[in-house]
Amino acid sequence: MTYSKLASASAIVLAATTLSTTAKADDLTLCWAAWDPANALVELSKEFEAESGHTMNFEFVPWPNFADRMLNELNSGGKLCDLLIGDSQWIGGGAENGHYVQLNEFFDAESISMDDFAPATVYAYSTWPKGTPNYYALPAMGDANGWFYRKDWFDDPEIQAAYKDATGQDLREPESQKELLQIAQFFQGREIDGKTVYGAAIFTERGSEGITMGVTGALYPWGFKYENTPGSYDMEGAVNSPEAVEALEFYKEFYKTATPPGYTNSYMGESLDAFKSGQVAMAMNWFAFFPGLYADPNTGGDKIDFFVNPPQNVAGSTLGGQGISVVSYSEKQDAALEYIKWFAQPAVQAKWWELGGYSAHNSVLQDPGFVDSAPFAGDFLLAMNDVQDFWQEPAYAELLLAMQKRIHDYVVADQGTAQEALDLLIEDWTETFQDEGKL
Amino acid sequence: MSSFSVTEPSKRSKWVAGTLVITYALITMIPLVWILLTGFKSPADAISYPPKVVFDPTLEGYVNLFTTRTRQTQEFLNANPPQNWADEIVRQYDMVIVGPSKFGERFMNSVIIGFGSTFLSIFLGTLAAYAFSRFKVPLKDDLLFFILSTRMMPPVAVAIPIFLMFRNLGLSDTHLGMILLYTGVNISLAVWLLKGFIDEIPREYEEAALIDGYTRFQAFYKVVLPQAATGIASTAIFCLIFAWNEYAFAVLLTSATAQTAPPFIPTIIGVGGLDWPAVAAGATIFLIPVMIFTILMRKHLLRGITFGAVRK
Amino acid sequence: MSDRTVDRVAQATPVRVARKIRGLSDRAIAWIFISPTIFLLLAINIFPLIWTIQLSFTNFKANRIGREVKDVGFRNYERILTDSDTWLNMQATAHFLFWTIFFQVLIGFTLAWLLNKKFRGNDLWTTIIVLPMMLSPAVVGNFWKFLYQPQIGLFNYIVSWFTGKDPSSFEMLGSVQLAPWAIVIVDTWMWTPFVMLICLAGLRSIPDYIYEAAEVDRASKLRQFFTITIPMVLPFLMLAVLFRGIENFKMFDLVVQLTGGGPGSTTELTSINLKREAFEKWRTGYASAYAIILFVTVFGLASIYVKALNKVKQR
Repeated sequence: MTYSKLASASAIVLAATTLSTTAKADDLTLCWAAWDPANALVELSKEFEAESGHTMNFEFVPWPNFADRMLNELNSGGKLCDLLIGDSQWIGGGAENGHYVQLNEFFDAESISMDDFAPATVYAYSTWPKGTPNYYALPAMGDANGWFYRKDWFDDPEIQAAYKDATGQDLREPESQKELLQIAQFFQGREIDGKTVYGAAIFTERGSEGITMGVTGALYPWGFKYENTPGSYDMEGAVNSPEAVEALEFYKEFYKTATPPGYTNSYMGESLDAFKSGQVAMAMNWFAFFPGLYADPNTGGDKIDFFVNPPQNVAGSTLGGQGISVVSYSEKQDAALEYIKWFAQPAVQAKWWELGGYSAHNSVLQDPGFVDSAPFAGDFLLAMNDVQDFWQEPAYAELLLAMQKRIHDYVVADQGTAQEALDLLIEDWTETFQDEGKL
Repeated sequence: MSSFSVTEPSKRSKWVAGTLVITYALITMIPLVWILLTGFKSPADAISYPPKVVFDPTLEGYVNLFTTRTRQTQEFLNANPPQNWADEIVRQYDMVIVGPSKFGERFMNSVIIGFGSTFLSIFLGTLAAYAFSRFKVPLKDDLLFFILSTRMMPPVAVAIPIFLMFRNLGLSDTHLGMILLYTGVNISLAVWLLKGFIDEIPREYEEAALIDGYTRFQAFYKVVLPQAATGIASTAIFCLIFAWNEYAFAVLLTSATAQTAPPFIPTIIGVGGLDWPAVAAGATIFLIPVMIFTILMRKHLLRGITFGAVRK
Repeated sequence: MSDRTVDRVAQATPVRVARKIRGLSDRAIAWIFISPTIFLLLAINIFPLIWTIQLSFTNFKANRIGREVKDVGFRNYERILTDSDTWLNMQATAHFLFWTIFFQVLIGFTLAWLLNKKFRGNDLWTTIIVLPMMLSPAVVGNFWKFLYQPQIGLFNYIVSWFTGKDPSSFEMLGSVQLAPWAIVIVDTWMWTPFVMLICLAGLRSIPDYIYEAAEVDRASKLRQFFTITIPMVLPFLMLAVLFRGIENFKMFDLVVQLTGGGPGSTTELTSINLKREAFEKWRTGYASAYAIILFVTVFGLASIYVKALNKVKQR
């Protein structure tokens, strides 16, 4: 190419890209988990490609390996991802170890306001240290752990009558954790359509984060707290409070008496399998999967309905979801920031929800039509009001693995008592915080 | 052996032995056959209970293995009729094919890293094996044992410093890094096996060639190499199979660009739920080359798996 | 031999005239040929090993680059060796090691002995039996997880067909009692052919005349088996055990795919624990110490074993 041609070509590009701040078309790679919403994001991003001239590539890693693979990638200073939709708990490490670019200046310059996003999601997905106005991500995907059930079974008059006989109550969406267990136990081992079915599929996975995400679904409604005073790391009496012990015993009882056989190491995929193969009456899973479940030809449509994680002493749901961050090792940070700017627009956020992603933008969530836009939309809003997250410390992986071990040892492998499990957990966590110099 | 020999087993004992061995062989094949069958099931058939032995075969697993799909609205589906049979298959889930999956790339990574490291191992290994076989090398036995002992470290243990080293050198998740690493692991096998093969080639051939005016190098590649061809080929296949099957290093040191198939296949998931037919399809495609190689290599199998310690 | 030069020169070879040749000296060639290999091994094996030793005395964490690295002396070793969980992992490894070797030797030897009856088609069946061991343990292990599913997997249905037990009444991977056996079963399925092949080589190495002599002496078949077959095959068998021992001590891929160490920590073999420490918790210093302990253990045990093996061989 001659010099003059080059000059004119870049002039055309400059003139054409009114939206983009850089003249260069980049190949961007966005990393996320491989699941339904990721496919929706691919679809959504086509508009960005058309508008900006950049090309989007995607690297989606399945959940059981997502944390391992991506944290490994960040820790090895890898340049694979320009944009990363990282799990909420990574924010501490991402910020402190310099994996993520701090976005405050960019937000100010582009007048993107965090006030436009649901406060729970900003707190959980974007800020470090927690609650301070230091942003390392833009809320990308709101999520929480919820429940779905076989509506056709719940509506069956025979089953309803049998439930009334057995418990003296009406069969309905449970309004407390104990009612949830009672319903699950009722279905456990029952014959429906010539098949033996079971109560509910819950998370029991050992390897990554499964059982912790499941058990906190019981711990939070019982009033579990990580610390007596937030930020103090004093866990004695909080982590092993009588309520926490009761909740943990409850989860074990649930596992022992109301789950299908063999679901001893199960997480998102297994829960979906159990439900789709007609083995269970109910199952827990992330809201992210609900659009796909609703669309399933066999067990979706009018055979399925959804409810929020039931309260016990208080309302509480386990937080999922992610924010989108720019990786500091990327050589294409400008283009990556452009993507975030594009993604934050209300119109794009509305389309995002339409395609099956859970927008955290107020303009979407507060839209009067939102609640009726999907059978699980109302439940999603309810859940997001009372979400809690795991530790988001830089040492979160150590903290999580300790909890995985102690809970799995107690719930699945029958070792010790709930009290002992939580006492040991405090010991593990104390050791980690001491290593970190925080205690 | 003469058929009149007292060591020749009786007809009856042959028959009993045959029956027992064949029974074992059939049982041992069940998991492999099941992988093959599952690849042709629909996801619903794959997770049905009790398991289905008879089912309607479909290529859904293979389609899911090679494609990325997204769910679409009814309007979109109505407006865009399916373009081919594969599209047809995914339409039943209200989805459309939007592009290829990562499987092809991962499979190619396995091929590149497998062949690259095999070539390097064989190249270096042949040279070293020849030197160990023909020359007086000081501390020969110690060096040979040292080469072997490097295989005793658990890969996870080796991976810790390698991870740091690769990070500093910018080799993380690169083909070059993995090729060098697998060569480092394979070279012990290559040297040991090839030394055995070269030992078996009579020295007289080279010596005669030397007298004829060949240099050592010429004698090496004109006389020894052709003679060692079978040995080199079988050693190469063993190196290839190792690199092909390796999992621990691959899962710890690669994330995408250079990720091979073994860490990838177990993580194939469908859109919601584990896609066992796709996993089985991926496994089938991945395992078949090794099966073919195994059948080709059956004469040298023993030697390969024992580092040449047992030669038959 | 097709090469004519070779044929021609092979006939008349006054040995050791080879010395005075043009070009490099043999000594130089030897070093040129060997040094790349040695260099690669130093770079990929020895240097990392030394680095690991050095790291094992620090509190280094590979995911915290800015953090100050402190020398902690033998603290990591102390912590590992006094941690009761370490010993549970060692026990799980020992259980796995012992029973896999036990079953593989038992079944592998039996198969070899049967194959040595030389019935028709035994080459074909040998090749079929050998297939599992050549396949990727990660890929196959992952699929075994599917086979072990109590509801949808094949394994429980087959067991139930033979025993009449309800297929969903037991969980191979999920129960604390059965999981250690579930991994033993898969490893045995995979690696029995290895022991079988080596035993077969051993059996075939026994010359017929020894049996013929025994026959002349009117030794019973049973006696022949214990006085000829077993002792002659023993060195081969011990070699097979050495290989399986080292391999299974390092075991990672198969078990990670099958149980990931669960339920609880029942099948958490040392390699799996090491992976958690090094690549999930990122306690690099601690994990390095753990790696060194493992290496010393396997190296020590293997050396003792090799001595014993050599004694048997010399007999």
